[in-house]
Amino acid sequence: MSVLVVAEHDNKNLKVFSLNAINAASKIDDDIHVLIAGHKCESVCKEVAAVPLVKKILQSESANYENYLAENLTPLVVKLADKYTHIIAAANTFGKNFMPRVAALLDISQVSDVIKINGPDNFVRPIYAGNAFATVKSNDKKKCITVRPTSFDSAPTSGGSAPIEKIDAADVPNISKFIKKEENKSERPELGTARIVISGGRGMQSSENFKLINAIADKLNAAVGASRAAVDAGYISNDHQVGQTGKVVVPDLYIAVGISGAIQHLAGMKESKIIVAINKDGEAPIFSIADYGLEADLFEALPQFLEELNKLNTIQK
Amino acid sequence: MKILVAVKRVIDYNVQIRVKEDGTGVHTDNVKMSTNPPDDNAIEEAVKLKETSKAKEVVAITVGEEKAQETVRKALAVGADRGIHVKADSYIEPLGVAKILKKIIEKEKPDIVFMGKQAIDDDCNQTGQMLSAMLGWSQGTFASKIEVKDKLIQVTREVDEGLETLELNLPAIVTCDLRLNEPRYASLPNIMKAKKKPIEQLTAKDLGADITNRIQQIKVEEPPKRKGGVKVANVAELVSKLKNEAKVI
Repeated sequence: MSVLVVAEHDNKNLKVFSLNAINAASKIDDDIHVLIAGHKCESVCKEVAAVPLVKKILQSESANYENYLAENLTPLVVKLADKYTHIIAAANTFGKNFMPRVAALLDISQVSDVIKINGPDNFVRPIYAGNAFATVKSNDKKKCITVRPTSFDSAPTSGGSAPIEKIDAADVPNISKFIKKEENKSERPELGTARIVISGGRGMQSSENFKLINAIADKLNAAVGASRAAVDAGYISNDHQVGQTGKVVVPDLYIAVGISGAIQHLAGMKESKIIVAINKDGEAPIFSIADYGLEADLFEALPQFLEELNKLNTIQK
Repeated sequence: MKILVAVKRVIDYNVQIRVKEDGTGVHTDNVKMSTNPPDDNAIEEAVKLKETSKAKEVVAITVGEEKAQETVRKALAVGADRGIHVKADSYIEPLGVAKILKKIIEKEKPDIVFMGKQAIDDDCNQTGQMLSAMLGWSQGTFASKIEVKDKLIQVTREVDEGLETLELNLPAIVTCDLRLNEPRYASLPNIMKAKKKPIEQLTAKDLGADITNRIQQIKVEEPPKRKGGVKVANVAELVSKLKNEAKVI
């Protein structure tokens, strides 16, 4: 058995969730190969070669792979599929976008968003926004799997020296074109991997008021999240959304501010180690899962919170 | 331009899911069912294109049990012209659904197929991408903005880092995000009118689509329950607990 992990990167650096996918792959077999398709992605290959769990890197260079359009990446993965029993990627917007294409062309029923690997064909995945866990057995000969990155530790990144094999690019269909990407750059930690996340909901009332959240995020070196209601209302951009159709986060500390706790939001954060809820509605469902609940007006509580944090002499880094 | 919209009937998003004691699934008896939320956005977008004369015809399709027809009827009530119901009595995996849709598309020859980016029951997020690959079409997944140009469609996608814009050759598959638009409610007169619109009934067998499931469900169980903790009296107590009890700050 060999496992192929399709890596996500920006042609310079590996995206961290690929390390979770590599670790997940190691639960299936030791013979892990990583496909890095990109344009001038030499540095990514070197980075992945140092990951001790990786046995081989497959590097495929083409300008067609620069923005990893699913239509362009798929033929390459399908061409390589013969040699592998499992094809794995992270279940983020990267893996979700291309893996079903690969599965369809190989006539495989994909197993999405796996949170536990019991064996080569036995997986656990959440359904109904994480309100039920299904244990499933894939009867396809070959498996296409996306894994929830936050459910698997990150693979160690140094000490390895996997060989890099250059492989030819595959033909692309030329039916789609990348126009632009609008990234919201931030000095704060990434939402998906931050140790502390502080999120605001509809209760924030305006985008301006998110400065109260931002000030605490800066103090705690936390990422800023949001409920769908806050994103829909335009208080904050979509990449901050936590929930069933947004991002899933599992920080050590999750602080939900002005978020009532709809099941769709809980789906994205209820595995957090410690949950704090600040809400003026004492009956809000978020309190039923919060380790520490504070029933208070957030516009009073947040400035006080910052003040108390300032009193502590520890600085979070 | 002709648009096909695929809709799915699922347990309503407000319903608290209950797992069956015998581990075979979740309770669906006497549970409120609705159209999968982002599928409502898919219908809305198609109807808007028709209203601005960019599309001539909107066809709504569903795959599912007898009552799944209600989702098609709802699509007709908000502006779709006609419906197709492919009857299936048990769960079909996204791969099978994509094969059914492919057969329909070969017959209907739409220019764009819209559907929700993910069904909120099985949370697979596969059907649109699979269908697109099977047809050799372009895809715009997780779309929050769409602009139809001549023979092209520009799609803004919600991705982890922010927003990405692609230009797709038509025909194309677009899977819709909840932020794409604000789905309208059907008016009573339109609900009445929709009752007269035609819904074609088919089966997977009629279409010659292989819908054999490949994934065996072994058990469905409740996730570990998270217990509520304590309420704190004030911010000072909260910070003290986070520092000294939970030791997370």
